[in-house]
Amino acid sequence: MSDQTHRLAAGGGVDRTRPLAFTFNGRAYGGFGGDTLASALLANGVHLVGRSFKYHRPRGILSAGPEETNALVQLGRGGATDPNHPATTVELWDGLEARSQNCWPGPRFDLGSLAESASPLITAGFYYKTFMWPARLWPLYERIIRHAGGLGRSPTEPDPDTYEHVNAHCDVLVAGGGPAGLAAARAAAGTGARVIVAEQDPAFGGALLNETEETTIAGAPPLEWVERTAGELAAAEEVRLLPRTTVFAYYDHNYLALVERLGDHLSPAEGTGRPRQRLWKVRAKQVVLATGAIERPLVFADNDRPGIMLAGAARAYLNRYGVKPGNRAVVFTGNDDAYRAALDMVAAGATVEAIVDLRPEVSGALPHRALDAGIPVLAGHAIVATHGRHRIQGVSVMALNDDATGVTGAARDLACDVVLMSGGWNPAVHLFSQSRGRLRFDDERAIFVPDTSAQAERSAGAANGTFSLAQCLAEGARAGLAAAQEAGLDGTAEPAPEVDETQESPARTVWVVPTRKTRGARMFVDFQGDVTVKDLRGAVREGYRSVEHVKRYTTAGMGLDQGKTGNVAALAVVAEAVGASIPEIGTTTFRPPYTPVTFGAIAGRDAGDLFDPVRKTPIHRWHADHGAEFEDVGQWQRPWYYPRKGESMHDAVQRECLAARRSVGILDYSTLGKIDIQGRDGAELLNRVYTNAWSKLAIGRARYGLMLGEDGMVMDDGVTSRLGETHYLMTTTTGNAATVLGWLEEWLQTEWPDLKVHLTSVSEQWATVSLCGPNSRRVVAALNPDIALDGEAFPHMSVREGRILGVATRIARVSFTGELGFEVSVPANHGLALWEACMEAGKDYDITPYGTEAMHVLRAEKGFIIVGQETDGSITPGDLGMDWIVSKRKADFIGKRSLARSGVAGGERKHLVGLLTDNANEVLVEGAQLVEDAQSCPPVSRPPVTMVGHVTSSYMSPNMGRSIALAMVKNGRDRIGARLFVAMEGKAIPVSVVRPVFFDPEGGRLDG
Amino acid sequence: MYLIPCPWCGERDQSEFRSGGEAHIARPLEPEHLNDGAWADYLFMRTNPMGLYRERWVHAHGCRRWFNMLRDTVSDRILAVYHMDEAPPEPGDES
Repeated sequence: MSDQTHRLAAGGGVDRTRPLAFTFNGRAYGGFGGDTLASALLANGVHLVGRSFKYHRPRGILSAGPEETNALVQLGRGGATDPNHPATTVELWDGLEARSQNCWPGPRFDLGSLAESASPLITAGFYYKTFMWPARLWPLYERIIRHAGGLGRSPTEPDPDTYEHVNAHCDVLVAGGGPAGLAAARAAAGTGARVIVAEQDPAFGGALLNETEETTIAGAPPLEWVERTAGELAAAEEVRLLPRTTVFAYYDHNYLALVERLGDHLSPAEGTGRPRQRLWKVRAKQVVLATGAIERPLVFADNDRPGIMLAGAARAYLNRYGVKPGNRAVVFTGNDDAYRAALDMVAAGATVEAIVDLRPEVSGALPHRALDAGIPVLAGHAIVATHGRHRIQGVSVMALNDDATGVTGAARDLACDVVLMSGGWNPAVHLFSQSRGRLRFDDERAIFVPDTSAQAERSAGAANGTFSLAQCLAEGARAGLAAAQEAGLDGTAEPAPEVDETQESPARTVWVVPTRKTRGARMFVDFQGDVTVKDLRGAVREGYRSVEHVKRYTTAGMGLDQGKTGNVAALAVVAEAVGASIPEIGTTTFRPPYTPVTFGAIAGRDAGDLFDPVRKTPIHRWHADHGAEFEDVGQWQRPWYYPRKGESMHDAVQRECLAARRSVGILDYSTLGKIDIQGRDGAELLNRVYTNAWSKLAIGRARYGLMLGEDGMVMDDGVTSRLGETHYLMTTTTGNAATVLGWLEEWLQTEWPDLKVHLTSVSEQWATVSLCGPNSRRVVAALNPDIALDGEAFPHMSVREGRILGVATRIARVSFTGELGFEVSVPANHGLALWEACMEAGKDYDITPYGTEAMHVLRAEKGFIIVGQETDGSITPGDLGMDWIVSKRKADFIGKRSLARSGVAGGERKHLVGLLTDNANEVLVEGAQLVEDAQSCPPVSRPPVTMVGHVTSSYMSPNMGRSIALAMVKNGRDRIGARLFVAMEGKAIPVSVVRPVFFDPEGGRLDG
Repeated sequence: MYLIPCPWCGERDQSEFRSGGEAHIARPLEPEHLNDGAWADYLFMRTNPMGLYRERWVHAHGCRRWFNMLRDTVSDRILAVYHMDEAPPEPGDES
């Protein structure tokens, strides 16, 4: 473990009694409790952290917060590695392993850096322009480009961590726990309001964490005030303090999303048994945005070398972490604030070679103190070049001309190992903008500030462009009180505490710092995307005008940091190039998330087995015990087939299909959608939603119905039976039960409130066992129901109620296989008993359980459709050859008028037909396309070819002893007997078009 | 994510609701007397205003009741909810 050469002997918030060991690129280092990875690296003198995305330029640590654009690291190793963490937000823990990204073999010697020598060739838009031709090679190009450019490596193993979701409501949500946020929370809490305070940092205090004790609040060091206020809030009953929690999204109606990092700062051993992160979904009556400000880098020649960092970040490292970022500093600024960094550096024992100030004249308290401290101040100067490859070694400085468009005089070289820069501070308006609030550009200070609110929120402190500490506290308290009052609570204002702070004189904004030569020097605006001033100007020259387009073309602001440091400068460069003002061109749209959020946090517990509810029938256990393979049908798990020992799926399905026609098959049909319809107008409802007539359906009889959408297209089918004078039971397809219930309720509530009908879903109340085959009646009879089963007493398409096995039953004589069939329903609790009794009673007939696959084959042999397989939302009853079920006499039903629309009634429609292959053993692929001639099968010389239809169902039919298929074919009924080709890759399969009923076309088997 | 004041249940999260599109489009009483154009108007054509919009919602994962809502499509503010058989409030009426 190497020494922490740049750690100050005392000071800062780190815990020097808690040493921590970590590795970076395989090398061992030491840090302290309270460090971030970035502060610990800097304590060890490590500035070079990675390489840039495109040019592979050496990059260091720019910031001390989530705005970090350069220092992205890969954490952990192996399959659970985690990429793209800013080193500035990674809290150090003992045993942490981190690696550089985007460089190989390492950041010091990186083969990818060869890209930089080619950089004149790879400006913005390079990929679009270069790799367009030939198009078929794009997949190859893409693979190479992605390998060269990648940001980190994805984990290859499932996420080992757990995550949770919490819903919360509050009167006032305060985003940000700095001075303004704490003052707001305190004022709101004073009214008794329910308050949530979210702070992204582990500690409350915001910018005060980086402050020296020269500033005082109520006569005491700022952190004393922070501690006292946070303590009061923690003790307040209705206040919830959430450190390590980022408000990352501001949605409609004051719905905000927060992510709380519970375990990221812990070693795996410490974190065991607790979730890694928690997603908070908060509905707040009022929101106070106290999200602070983010410092802007200056845009100057080669401004990206390791060791060039933000002045405010240097103050954080010095004052909060007790780390000296360098020994010889040059400060480059256009404002007074950076002078504080210079003074702090001197206080830490470093040398400040010079403060290079863009302002022609410098006055005010802070510059005077710098002069008093013996720091040379070069007013009206600029850095025109930087030197050093893996670490800054020096800068060249020249005098600026009056309007800062050029430099004059001789260049002075200053040696240094760190450059602290400040281009001013941007209010963090991200959440405000997400809430659809409108921004205003403050020309004088060259910043965007919140202007008009769109939701129940207010900004306070630096997020509102208020930078003086005294005003932050006062504004925060006002905002907190006003928010609580608008949330309906009473309270009065307290006087704001006295603040002693040094006042600042006006700043100067120079968006692009001029240099002596323009060739070769790169001025980075977006460090992560390697976007330079030249790229942005080039985009404008190529005709891009909208900032949204320039952004996408150059990728400025599209990195993981979303341009938190670089965006406003990018806007300024584009505005200048377009010849417009910044407010005229506007900002790009701010979208959630504010900082990256793990997929784990978004998924929460809705992962793996809990991703979607699983529905099982009351008979499920039997199926599982008897080796059934299951198929998901919606959320239901249905038996797919029941393989016997050594049987393939094909073998099992063929056996099940034969058994169902030769003797008796048994199917768990409990998943069938069942809607109980009661009331005076039940028949009228059925008349309106089904295509056929229902008025004359007798009690005890059942009828098949086809349900259309108002567009005339088939949406569901099923059998409805009449149980009593005003009592019907509708069945729906398994996957459509909820949709159909919703559909009927919608019509009843919105168009036909006069109909006296009540609907109840009873799908799960009844278990249904379907028996089919010539011996099915004998099996049912063996169970001794009090219902006569003979054909005369109980004809096809009828329903009887009675008792079976001592419980209530409904038995329907219906058939989805063309065989004699009975659907026996009992209350769900008795489903398993019924099934087992059927199996016992059917032993002598070799009763065979069959699954959904055999069911599909059996119905296809009969040409029965499955809604969603033969139909796809564009198929009418006529297309299916089912005009017989569409009433001509009924004046109206849902979808009727649409059947008469041109294009539906006349013209070329697809028809349901059967297909037979020449080769009886060839089973077509479902979804395969049909063409008229073999030459239209791929590979074709002249695409496109005309497709005439597609295969909807295709099986090997054991009862036919050959393959069968159903298809939807253009004018198919006119093609019966004709030849078509199924177009497969490399071959054309000839088929004959036939009627879509293969087995027992006369229907003689229905009566057993 | 809206906070929708269901007329029967009070304020609930949008995830409990389903939108049913534009409100006050009555199904024609005698569709067979409409020409294709008029029928298509009923079937397919909806307004898409920037501003006040009257739309239908159903509390699908709640009381399962349909209701009408007056929403500003620019701000997404919900200005009123009212029963299916009620006339829409006049702009300015709501509050």
